[in-house]
Amino acid sequence: MSIDRLQVENVAQLARLQVTEEAMPDTVASLSSILDLADQLQKVNTDGVVPLSNPLDATARLRADEVTEQNQRDAYQAIAPNATDGLYLVPKVIE
Amino acid sequence: MLDKTLTQLAASLDQGEFSSVELTQAYLDRIHSHNADLNAYITVTDQIALAQAATADERRAAGLAGPLTGLPVAHKDIFCTEGIRTSCGSRMLDNFIAPYESTVTARLGSAGAVMLGKTNLDEFAMGSSTESSYYGPTRNPWSRDRVPGGSSGGSATAVAARLAAAATGTDTGGSIRQPAAFTGITGLKPTYGRVSRWGMIAYGSSLDCGGPMTQTAQDAALMLNAIAGFDPKDSTSMDRPVDDYLALLHEPLAGLRIGLPREYFGDGLNEGIRAAVMAAVSELEKLGATVKEISLPRTELSIPAYYIIAPAEASTNLSRYDGVRYGYRCKDPADLEDLYKRSRAEGFGAEVQRRILVGTYALSAGYYDAYYKKAQQLRRLIRDDFQTGFNEVDVILAPTTPSPAWTLGEKKDDPVAMYLEDIYTLSTNLAGLPALALPCGQVGGLPVGLQLIGNYFEESHLLNIGHQYQQVTDWHQQAPPL
Repeated sequence: MSIDRLQVENVAQLARLQVTEEAMPDTVASLSSILDLADQLQKVNTDGVVPLSNPLDATARLRADEVTEQNQRDAYQAIAPNATDGLYLVPKVIE
Repeated sequence: MLDKTLTQLAASLDQGEFSSVELTQAYLDRIHSHNADLNAYITVTDQIALAQAATADERRAAGLAGPLTGLPVAHKDIFCTEGIRTSCGSRMLDNFIAPYESTVTARLGSAGAVMLGKTNLDEFAMGSSTESSYYGPTRNPWSRDRVPGGSSGGSATAVAARLAAAATGTDTGGSIRQPAAFTGITGLKPTYGRVSRWGMIAYGSSLDCGGPMTQTAQDAALMLNAIAGFDPKDSTSMDRPVDDYLALLHEPLAGLRIGLPREYFGDGLNEGIRAAVMAAVSELEKLGATVKEISLPRTELSIPAYYIIAPAEASTNLSRYDGVRYGYRCKDPADLEDLYKRSRAEGFGAEVQRRILVGTYALSAGYYDAYYKKAQQLRRLIRDDFQTGFNEVDVILAPTTPSPAWTLGEKKDDPVAMYLEDIYTLSTNLAGLPALALPCGQVGGLPVGLQLIGNYFEESHLLNIGHQYQQVTDWHQQAPPL
């Protein structure tokens, strides 16, 4: 299935990914060719087949709701692009 | 001494032929002579390696040496290593100093292994050639104008060129086995959930498997012994007993039933690889195995299924890279939205962006059933096909790749052409099965390989067959002249 420019812009917005004007034609073309490949799936009858999300059909293991980790805020914020006083700084969101 | 296997090096260290410091220094010297050319390593950790080697020598002198004490290995730069840059081959993480240690590297460290450095990979492990790395392509040591495969191409080249005694890799759709085939080494993709994913940067979480890349099956068993096992930090880690993977290596193969899936031996297979794989089959028959043809009828459909499921999971996993908490941030963002969108556009390369967009599309309202759900249904059918096969045979044997290593740049700008090369490896990941890649010949001077696919948690059996095969052949001993 081919995908058009408008759909690529929509998906890029959902993914919070800027696609520049310059990159747009290539992006549209390569996504279309990948989706063409993916369309081979449509020829298979999968009526009644339960989707498989974990190859061992395992489900997420639960654990007791107990604190197991130390607070390591300083260590984690040491690698942040911009953090001060324990806060991550981003452009102003609320006027 | 750098041609020795892990097993041989451990014996040499035990006998005092040389120290771990001497061995480590020899590897570091060789890395510094050849890495500029091969680009196997992104980061070489000289000081750490020598310090760990000195500690290893002390432990050995004190009689405290374990099976890996003092053995120099390389880690794919997808495993978080505390205090050391962990880039995942991406500009996004070029400045990322991991604040914690992955379970795989921690277990190898506890077992005494020495870390030589962090190896190159396709960006976020998305690729089959190691060309999508932010740090430039790794070269195949057998032919410098060819790719080493991917995504664990740096680890494969490091082991093949003897720039490390062994290495770690990860396999989401073939990323251990295909580069092992392209460089003439041994690589094991374990059963899904057998090796912890904790600290292994996520690509496709229901597919990702860490595993060893070594010269021999015996070395792979040695490494798997250290890294396999339950980890409470990984919610998909399997809580079940771990074999001693060295224990069964010497079992005879009499009565072994091998299945050859006809879909892996069709028109697309290079004739030289077909001949090499069939020669290996003959060797195994001489060792007592019987062979029969089986069918895995949906093999071709593993390509579209994988290239929906893996990007869908990737688009979710990579949403964490937002330019806020760590990693790359764009300059002078106009607002928060601009910060997200430009940080991601500037921090990710073309293939990663493609997969994020494909995955986002496949998961978006109106397309979920047609793509993601459909691919997951097909995934179950593919898994069931393998189980039908294992009703008739003990292991499945097939070529690892349809062709030998291709030329750098040949498929770089044609993603679909690159995806089609993964046809023999993807279904194993979709099914979550273990598979061992072994070198089994050369075509035009380039190594080629076969893979043994086993049922769940049958790594011991695969390593047994691999080891027995390597007792009667010498493809695993071939090394490229540098």
